[in-house]
Amino acid sequence: MTKKMKQIYLDNAATTKTSKEVIKAMLPYMDEIYGNPSSLHSVGQQAAEALLDARCRIAKRLGCTEKEIFFTSGGSESDNQAILSAATIGERKGKKHIVSTAFEHHAVLHTLEKLKRQGFEITLLPISENGLITAKQVQNAIRPDTCLVSVMYANNEIGTIQPIAEIGEICREKNVIFHTDAVQAVGHVCVDVQKERIDMLSLSAHKFHGPKGIGALYVRKGIPLTSLIEGGAQEKGKRAGTENIPAIVGMAVALDESCENMEKNAKKLTKLRNMLIDGLSAIPHSVLNGDREKRLPANVSFCFEGIEGESLLLLLDDKGICASSGSACTSGSLDPSHVLLAIGRVHDIAHGSLRLTLSEENTKEDVRYTVEAVKQVVAYLRGMSPIWRDLISGKKEFIIK
Amino acid sequence: MALYSEKVMDHFRNPRNVGVIENADGVGEVGNAKCGDIMKIYLKIENNIIMDVKFETFGCGSAIASSSMATELIKGKPVSEALALTNKAVAEALDGLPAHKLHCSVLAEEAIKKALQNYYEKNGIEYDKTKFPNCIVCHGCDC
Repeated sequence: MTKKMKQIYLDNAATTKTSKEVIKAMLPYMDEIYGNPSSLHSVGQQAAEALLDARCRIAKRLGCTEKEIFFTSGGSESDNQAILSAATIGERKGKKHIVSTAFEHHAVLHTLEKLKRQGFEITLLPISENGLITAKQVQNAIRPDTCLVSVMYANNEIGTIQPIAEIGEICREKNVIFHTDAVQAVGHVCVDVQKERIDMLSLSAHKFHGPKGIGALYVRKGIPLTSLIEGGAQEKGKRAGTENIPAIVGMAVALDESCENMEKNAKKLTKLRNMLIDGLSAIPHSVLNGDREKRLPANVSFCFEGIEGESLLLLLDDKGICASSGSACTSGSLDPSHVLLAIGRVHDIAHGSLRLTLSEENTKEDVRYTVEAVKQVVAYLRGMSPIWRDLISGKKEFIIK
Repeated sequence: MALYSEKVMDHFRNPRNVGVIENADGVGEVGNAKCGDIMKIYLKIENNIIMDVKFETFGCGSAIASSSMATELIKGKPVSEALALTNKAVAEALDGLPAHKLHCSVLAEEAIKKALQNYYEKNGIEYDKTKFPNCIVCHGCDC
């Protein structure tokens, strides 16, 4: 099975290809300017300059000051630190209630569970069937003892974009810290922490063609952070450890590149995305997950009745298509995706999910090929599915009409 | 993908004995859609020999491969041998399964047992009920 086949990568929400420009920009910080930015000599100071320059560039793209940017190892660390910091602040004031949503990333949900065990009360807002929450829901959930609202900017599985500016407005009014996990959004849609009244924001470089293992946490001036890693005085003492200069420089370049091309890319991606959605909608008893309009330009998520997601992924991989699924079997647990369950997909349906996330490198030809491949594989798997037999024979009723 | 052995991928890509036997002598279905896998086994039995076996499976790669392998292992064999098939034998014949996928081989064993039980019941054949789990549980998930 080693025949050379064209590969179509449609898993850009998992990670993206590192941009050539990014790689080029990173290299000098490994073999020439490899100094430690904490060192006083010139090689160290050159690295310190690069660090400051990257911080300024990233801050500018987010609409904040460089003093409000803290570098971390990625989205998960940023989420953990943001939430635990807000909890520490809350606890000091006797406020131990947090509002979040049922379909957050596990980096948020598991941190909230940890806080729950420490006596915090967590309200997880329910998600509508089209994958959205409303600012009104947040408003109604905030109590006098609420210390944090954490709502993801865009969902990683179904791509829906939440009304962040409206939620920010409410939180600012009520004087509650507002954190958003913007890992899927930054570099893909316009994010402005000031305009959107965001107090804390998590981002990760490898989701926008930057390197893996690097991310940032934006924290509005005046909000004290709690450090998760103790040691040196890096990142104003809030995140010890020698800064990963090549990765930080790479992240800044990747963000600049993504933001400069955002409009052009979004236009292209939206077209391809809609083509994919239309193509896959033609498969009988299939359903798009998440709102058709209020979603990331590159995200397509479907459920197909009567089949299981992992088989679908393996057979698509045989056809050269790299896709992903909210399917449990791929993650080692038997429970289907909490995101799909949160938008009301029943277990039977949630097991048959497929997520395709595009990049600007994809073409119309890729989309056409993919639609055909998915149609074939779904039909093939349904052909051997006892559930499908029961459905078409009328023994069971279709859930997706 | 390195998740599975070559054997598993072979049986997943080219499953043996997929389909339905009309007027089967024994039919067994285990699992449920909620857990993400259902296996259905059809048996044709003559003179205590499994003359033909077919399966239908809704499930992941290892569920399909386990069904395929299990049907191969019992086809043409006496009923007593089919009854003695263990999930371990299915997993071993597939050159192993990842730990969290072992329940797929269990489903294959149980589907065959259930189909045989159905055959006994249908034909009024006395059998040792203790050899059959009276409740086919879905391993690994709480449903």
